[in-house]
Amino acid sequence: MKINVTHIAKLANLPLSHEEKQKFEKQLEETLSYVENLKEIDTKDVEPTSQVTGLENVTREDAASPSLTQEEALSNTKSIHNGFVKVTAILEQ
Amino acid sequence: MNLNQLTITEAKKGLKKKKFSSVDLTNACLEQIKKYDKHINAYISVTEEKSLKQAEKADQKLAQGDNSPLLGIPLSIKDNFSTRGVRTTASSKVLDEYIPPYNATVVSRLLDAGMVMLGKTNMDAWAHGSSTETSDFGTTKNPWNINHLPGGSSGGAAASVASYETIAAIGSETAGSIRQPASWCGVVGLKPTYGRVSRYGVIAMASSLDSPGPITRTVEDSALILEVLAGKDENDATTSEKTTATYSKNLNKDISGITIGISDDYFQGVDEEVKQAIMDTYKPFEKLGAKIKKIKLFDPKYAIAVYTILQRSEVSSNLARYDGIRYGHDRSFFGDEAKRRIMLGTYTLSSGYYDAYYKKAQQVRTLIIKDFEKSFGEVDIIIAPTSPTTALPVGASKDQSMFGELADMLVEPSSIAGLPGINVPAGFSKNRLPIGMQIIGPQFSEELILNIAHKYEQETPWHTTKLDINL
Repeated sequence: MKINVTHIAKLANLPLSHEEKQKFEKQLEETLSYVENLKEIDTKDVEPTSQVTGLENVTREDAASPSLTQEEALSNTKSIHNGFVKVTAILEQ
Repeated sequence: MNLNQLTITEAKKGLKKKKFSSVDLTNACLEQIKKYDKHINAYISVTEEKSLKQAEKADQKLAQGDNSPLLGIPLSIKDNFSTRGVRTTASSKVLDEYIPPYNATVVSRLLDAGMVMLGKTNMDAWAHGSSTETSDFGTTKNPWNINHLPGGSSGGAAASVASYETIAAIGSETAGSIRQPASWCGVVGLKPTYGRVSRYGVIAMASSLDSPGPITRTVEDSALILEVLAGKDENDATTSEKTTATYSKNLNKDISGITIGISDDYFQGVDEEVKQAIMDTYKPFEKLGAKIKKIKLFDPKYAIAVYTILQRSEVSSNLARYDGIRYGHDRSFFGDEAKRRIMLGTYTLSSGYYDAYYKKAQQVRTLIIKDFEKSFGEVDIIIAPTSPTTALPVGASKDQSMFGELADMLVEPSSIAGLPGINVPAGFSKNRLPIGMQIIGPQFSEELILNIAHKYEQETPWHTTKLDINL
């Protein structure tokens, strides 16, 4: 199995050097070789399991309750403007 | 008597009888940390000042007759639990300055129960691994032999208990991260049923598997902590409404007549010494009146594949939030292991590959669950080696992208099925490294597996074997 590391790194938003790409390509292919054995198992008509609790439709009343203050919520943010998180522009004017 | 070597049960008695104070107990642990942690590296942060304040407060409450279950007991907390006002790194440089503005539910419950928090323990970065060697804060060393690894990802937690740098610890397990380090460090580690203990405020790894739990010196201590942690939490929709038991009250129940399952599939590729130690457990179990029955279980090698796909996929989604904008550093700060896992998960979830990997893994997960259900029709519990080996030497995981999965081969099937399991010490190798046995039960059978683990522990000398740290 060949992995296109450049494409995957772009999807995952990970900055990688050329050396890293080469190293990871080999390691990722090695990991994939370990999971190939699933093909040996017949899963025709088997339902997939996404969670094991058996709980369904867990809801709560849609009511406001105390939460973090704006100051607390921004306490780890490096770039703040007027009480908001400041980000670089993503849209052109 | 060294106060830092006490169990929770012993410490509670001593505090009640006013033989010593919580400040004495806390100071004894802090002294041990000062003396040994430069060699062990179990802690990333030690909160001495805060710890002593909490201990003083606990002493005042004790004087007023407060009966809170963990009042004045020092505990260490794995560094992936959010602790309000105390740095929480998940052992990654991405979060090396992150100070959470809120507590994980587990932490709030422990504080309400009166614990004294000693500090935050080292782990594999983001809990990715079974060695602590992927930590950005240096490897933790095994207190039984510092040239060996403590296991992981809760390696710091297990080492802090084994080295007497705390009375007990809180860890978390996705597939092996409590049981395997407990096994390698010779302590008790309980992975509760998925949904028994809240995940709220735990830095998420694989959300369909993550289970917080205690690492302790005895099974009784494990039960005492689980009583505090277990139960429904409004902030985690996957927590169960099922009532929680008073786990510590039923430890001595007679276990004669129970049937214990063992499977040859769980002895494949296991070290001879470990195999022998597990077979040596049959005698004490039979003495207690239990029957040993051979069963056939789904080959654990398929569980490795299922776990690898599900875990990487969930990791790629959970770690997408670390963009350096709201908190933490940007994505260039991830270590190699996190990068590998994020990329593999991105790949297995990507268009064209989803059915072949993620969906296939979820289908095999169903088969593994059904296989356990069938087995629990024939036997009450299953025992097996926790890890195929004793603690491996420092450096063993380097550049091994499947190290964790192979070390955790025997715990991954039950984790995938959401079952509870406990590691109990079951002997030592010739070179004096601990060997662990795991007891696995059906969903929400914590009361039963703690009962059986306690009865076994009382029949064997392993938990009373004191470690003589010699550095």
